[in-house]
Amino acid sequence: MRGGGEGEEQTPDSGPLSAEKLASVAGFGRAVAAAGYVSQPQSVEELQEILEVASSREWKVTLRGTGRSYGDAALRSEAIVLDLRRMNRILSWDRESGVIDIEPGVTIEQMWQSTLPQGWWPPVVPGTMRPTLGGCLAMNVHGKNNWQAGTVGDHCLEFDLMPPSGEVRTVRPDTDAELFQAVIGSFGQLGVLTRIRMQLKRVETGSVRVTAVPVGDLGEMLQRMDGAKDDHEYVVGWLDAFAQGKRLGRGQIHLASYLAAKDHPSPQESLNLESQSLPDRVFGVLPKSKMWWFARFVTNRFGMRWVNSVKYFHARIFERNKTYDQSLAAFQFLLDYMPGWERAYPADGGLIQHQSFVPAGSAEEVFREQLEICHRYRMPSFLAVLKCHRADDFLLSHAVDGFSLALDFPVTAKNRQRLWAMIQELSQPVVAAGGRFYPAKDAAISAQLFQATWREGQLARFSKLKSEIDPRGRLTSALAERLLLPSH
Amino acid sequence: MASEFHHALVIGASSGIGEALARKLAAQGALVSIVARRADELERIAGEINDLCGEERAFPFPQDVLRRDEIPHLFQEIPRAMGGLDLVIYAAGVMPEVDFEEYDTSKDSLMVEVNLLGAMAWLNEAARRFNKLGSGTIVGIGSIAGDRGRSANPGYNTSKGALAIYLEALRNRVARRGVRVVTIKPGFVDTPMTFGKPGLLWLISAERAAEIILAKARRGVVCAYVPARWRLVSWVIGSIPSFLFRRLKI
Ligand SMILES: Cc1cc2nc3c(=O)[nH]c(=O)nc-3n(C[C@H](O)[C@H](O)[C@H](O)COP(=O)(O)OP(=O)(O)OC[C@H]3O[C@@H](n4cnc5c(N)ncnc54)[C@H](O)[C@@H]3O)c2cc1C
Ligand SMILES: NC(=O)c1ccc[n+]([C@@H]2O[C@H](COP(=O)([O-])OP(=O)(O)OC[C@H]3O[C@@H](n4cnc5c(N)ncnc54)[C@H](OP(=O)(O)O)[C@@H]3O)[C@@H](O)[C@H]2O)c1
Repeated sequence: MRGGGEGEEQTPDSGPLSAEKLASVAGFGRAVAAAGYVSQPQSVEELQEILEVASSREWKVTLRGTGRSYGDAALRSEAIVLDLRRMNRILSWDRESGVIDIEPGVTIEQMWQSTLPQGWWPPVVPGTMRPTLGGCLAMNVHGKNNWQAGTVGDHCLEFDLMPPSGEVRTVRPDTDAELFQAVIGSFGQLGVLTRIRMQLKRVETGSVRVTAVPVGDLGEMLQRMDGAKDDHEYVVGWLDAFAQGKRLGRGQIHLASYLAAKDHPSPQESLNLESQSLPDRVFGVLPKSKMWWFARFVTNRFGMRWVNSVKYFHARIFERNKTYDQSLAAFQFLLDYMPGWERAYPADGGLIQHQSFVPAGSAEEVFREQLEICHRYRMPSFLAVLKCHRADDFLLSHAVDGFSLALDFPVTAKNRQRLWAMIQELSQPVVAAGGRFYPAKDAAISAQLFQATWREGQLARFSKLKSEIDPRGRLTSALAERLLLPSH
Repeated sequence: MASEFHHALVIGASSGIGEALARKLAAQGALVSIVARRADELERIAGEINDLCGEERAFPFPQDVLRRDEIPHLFQEIPRAMGGLDLVIYAAGVMPEVDFEEYDTSKDSLMVEVNLLGAMAWLNEAARRFNKLGSGTIVGIGSIAGDRGRSANPGYNTSKGALAIYLEALRNRVARRGVRVVTIKPGFVDTPMTFGKPGLLWLISAERAAEIILAKARRGVVCAYVPARWRLVSWVIGSIPSFLFRRLKI
């Protein structure tokens, strides 16, 4: 029995649990949200103070970067949400070696903008530049070059880790291999990354040379993507998830490689930020910041069927095997072209994404089945993207030697339950084929499905580390409770 | 649009309408925190709810609504215990016997304290939270007795009439943020409050009242009489001119 009796602690007027810190915190897709007490520490000391309050008052803590994870990874009801975006100082940058030391709230955007003019680019970036490096390492993000460049964790030289107890330790891949590989990709469950050291990649120009290739079906898509891996640094496929039958999996592949200085008319200039800026108007007229508002009118099943078809025929007719040069930012961060695009999705539900990683041998069969399941449910994905991957040694790795298919779905109050059921069904063939799921892109799968993808002993190793680093289970999130707790 | 409730708080849940509301909410799958003075009653009710549902769905928080300074802290602990909060119902109320010739200020002030000030203290916290989060439903249990000042119990009429005005004002404050405030005006409900009283017209059970109240809360209506036919009665009573009304024994 709990009570409001005398001597009870009163709600503080200031500090991490004061009433004005309460806010509704959502995932990127807005399909899940929760009320939490949001604090934005600016230093390690402030962070320690908040963790102390959490510990003495026995509150749960959830870590958060920019909140670009699609689902419930960076939120939890009635927890202290540590929004780390204000810890965003670049601590040191060596333009000779390309080594950068940063606080966890530094974003991908902030990082490349500080280093590209000197000829350095982050070797691994996600499809948006808004995320923080802390968030990227916590999810161990991959780019369109995962099969050859690995994940963001592969380019991390060391980091400082603060467990809930507050004392910071430096973790390196050589001296602390096990911990290093466990923390990266453990979605904020093994401590706060408070400092990160990254190795960047030398580039001669700020451009990539891109070739667009139309493909007629899923088999051709996977074959062509696989075939392009040796000659290109980046490979990404888009498919029209509305197409069925013989055309199932039709779409377009983009292949790209860094452009050498000799192939560029003005290599030095191309490294400048002006050469990288994304145009702020679409067709030269519409302000991009307003585009999502118009996009609402097509963000429904009929509109998206049409958009996907038009895109496909455009790829076949006007872009057939076209080669062009594009700035690194424009190529990598396509999705930032239209800020707020996610708001075009239903106001009463938003969107979710489901990304499955499947070994190469089973990929065609599994993705075909998934696309067919979507048709059976009459909920074809509005945006479907394929990438190539390789397995890695991180403890909670989501990658396999093979391909991934990421599917975006609109959520409404009405379709929600059916959609969640469909996601479980989409996941079955992935599990059966020895595939994996990606917590950054998930909001729906069950603990059972998630844990069915874990290797022998993996859960035990994770649990052991968790109980050593965070014995009181202070760090958690809605995602962690959904995917780990039931059999933890 | 109808909303489903997942995390509810009922103040005045140790008997009568509040208890029925808590039981119904839990049976429908919600977690529910229950507040009232009698800890043993709350324990018993929570135990029964949890046994019936086969899991912990009821969370007792004994409290006397006269101790208003405790409320902000409880308002942090209650959502934490349940993992959220989307519905707050204020059902606590008292209606002591008042003789026709009796002018007892202590009884009046108790009614104002529990029925009105307690509601304001709890629901202000609810409004603050919901307003900040941009969603939530607040329900206040007023009474048809608050529609007109009658001879039998001026203190009770006053407390319920003022409660209705407070709820209206609250609604006007928070509506634009997507928060709903529902005023409920029951007629006669069979509870310990009315037990043994004469002349209970159209008496309904607390379970029936709870059912109607939750349906109205789900729809987020502005004001509902329970059952609906009392609206007509209220309109008739409201239309009687004062010179006639003072001669009537109602
Ligand atoms: C449009 C779009 C495209 C995307 N494309 C890709 C892609 O191509 N490849 C890919 O891999 N991902 C992609 N993502 C996913 C995104 O890169 C990841 O979700 C990333 O983790 C987001 O970083 P964030 O700063 O927003 O972190 P959040 O989403 O806020 O948090 C992510 C996780 O990190 C934890 N965390 C945050 N900061 C810290 C810290 N300092 N220490 C420890 N844990 C912490 C949180 O608890 C949470 O579990 C995309 C997302 C969007 C919206
Ligand atoms: N019954 C009717 O016909 C009728 C008609 C119209 C309106 N109403 C209203 O409906 C509401 C519920 O009434 P009811 O009929 O269900 O009455 P009830 O059975 O007597 O219940 C009243 C509840 O209020 C609680 N309460 C009283 N004083 C309190 C205090 N100081 N602190 C905390 N809780 C307190 C009681 O719990 P503890 O005693 O354990 O504290 C009990 O749980 C009341 O507001 C009443 O005015 C009733």
